[in-house]
Amino acid sequence: MNTDDPQARYYTGIKMIRYDLVKEFVLALLAVSVLVVGLAGVFSSPDDPAVTIQTWATTNPVDFVTTAASELAGTSGTAGYGPPYTNTADAAQAVGPIAPQTWAGVSMPIDTAKDFVLQPLGFAAVGNPTLTTALQAYGAASSDQQTTWLTNYSTALADATVANEQVSVVSGEYGPVPDLMTGLLGLARTGALDGLLLQSGNLYQTDFTKPLLFMGDGEYLPNLAADQHLTGDQWGMMNETGLYPGQTWLWLFSFWYQIPPFNTAPNTDLLVTLLMIGLTSLLALVPFIPILRDIPRWVPIHRIIWRRYYGGR
Amino acid sequence: MSSGNSEPQAEPSSWTLAIRRFLQRSLPLKHLLPDRQPVFVGSWVYIFGVVAIAGLMWVVGSGVVLALFGPQWWHQSGVGRFVNSLHLWSVQVFFVFMVLHLWGQYFMASWRDGRAKTWMVGVVIFAFSIVTAFTGFVSQQNFAGQWIAVNAKDATNAAGIGSFFNVLNFGQMYGLHIALLPMLVATLVGVHILLVRMKGVVRPIENKPDAQPSHEEPAS
Repeated sequence: MNTDDPQARYYTGIKMIRYDLVKEFVLALLAVSVLVVGLAGVFSSPDDPAVTIQTWATTNPVDFVTTAASELAGTSGTAGYGPPYTNTADAAQAVGPIAPQTWAGVSMPIDTAKDFVLQPLGFAAVGNPTLTTALQAYGAASSDQQTTWLTNYSTALADATVANEQVSVVSGEYGPVPDLMTGLLGLARTGALDGLLLQSGNLYQTDFTKPLLFMGDGEYLPNLAADQHLTGDQWGMMNETGLYPGQTWLWLFSFWYQIPPFNTAPNTDLLVTLLMIGLTSLLALVPFIPILRDIPRWVPIHRIIWRRYYGGR
Repeated sequence: MSSGNSEPQAEPSSWTLAIRRFLQRSLPLKHLLPDRQPVFVGSWVYIFGVVAIAGLMWVVGSGVVLALFGPQWWHQSGVGRFVNSLHLWSVQVFFVFMVLHLWGQYFMASWRDGRAKTWMVGVVIFAFSIVTAFTGFVSQQNFAGQWIAVNAKDATNAAGIGSFFNVLNFGQMYGLHIALLPMLVATLVGVHILLVRMKGVVRPIENKPDAQPSHEEPAS
């Protein structure tokens, strides 16, 4: 025995055998290659096209207009989201004094009325007298007047009809709101709104925060996700479109979203995130935690793993 | 000719020499590429880690090709779709065998005898692999990626990291997915393997009071 070699000392009394690690790795790589190429060749991979605002506005114009009206009224999910998008009071999730969403602050401010509706319409209004007049009338109205128009219009949208690619509601006191919504719907149908929500003053753009938030506020995108079993209450974070495996390793993260008290709490996301951080830390610290580190000795799975070694002694 | 000086020469000292001596002492070539292993290594459970590494090599290789041709390529090309399929399935193989490896090592209490660092680095690899895969799923530029991003923003925002880890920002997620995070995972896997080779595999559990799972260094 080489007494200068800690490994030799550690394995004192244990028979050493010839073992070709490199050959083992090469064989494993070959086996994995066959497996991966076979799975890819047989099953391919999913690729359902992304939903655009154009698709949304064309397929479900009432939902688009309803969502757009809520963005203009400041009553949408994004408008009242809290940090990092808005300063909405009491919107941020917290667990007692732990409020990381509040601590992080509003780093990506979004004014849904301006960013999602009025600003894009401003571009579309060039050379469009009807839209220009509607925008001027809306801008000149008091906040209370705007709220009245939008409340009336949003209520009427529940019985809206679609004819000639236009959303129509019964007559009422809506001010210029129907003209604004007609203008935005037309803009969305052409695909122009998809581009306008991306503009940042730079030619190059990779940040899809605004269009994704806008689409997320509607019912069209979440309904498509629900059809594919992708929503949070359907274990959605670990699923993929179709029957393909997704992020199955997120099963525990998804699990908490299915059971009380997590699935009924107002701060579900923070509770689950903190829990998973805690559990992951426990897993990393297993070597130092009594009971957790003793379980392997109590559960005789190691007798199966090393059965030939134990049997040969 | 004799120098007449019988006193031993003092060993020179430098940072370079210190590192060399550390490596010679901690990781001699015979430990880095050993041709002998303790007899208990002849168990199927030791294959899981090796297969996970082989899966990771396919993940990285297919990912490099996808990155080379750009994020739109696999949506428009049959070859690209196949390479994306290789990427997807190798990720699945990598995770399946990484989890099997993790649970195998847990029930072997592989952190014993001074191997706690190896275990902890392994758990960190698992965690960062999940983040890396997540950034890949939101970078798919299809419906799944779009919805996962919309859905996941609530967790990242609630945790306060949405400000600097914006899952709705494709450029940021794609950059993290193809560069920073894979380098981190690959580096950590390298460290993990070196730690295993430096210490050697852990001895089987002996159900004697003096052989309980422990993170203590073995007596020298």
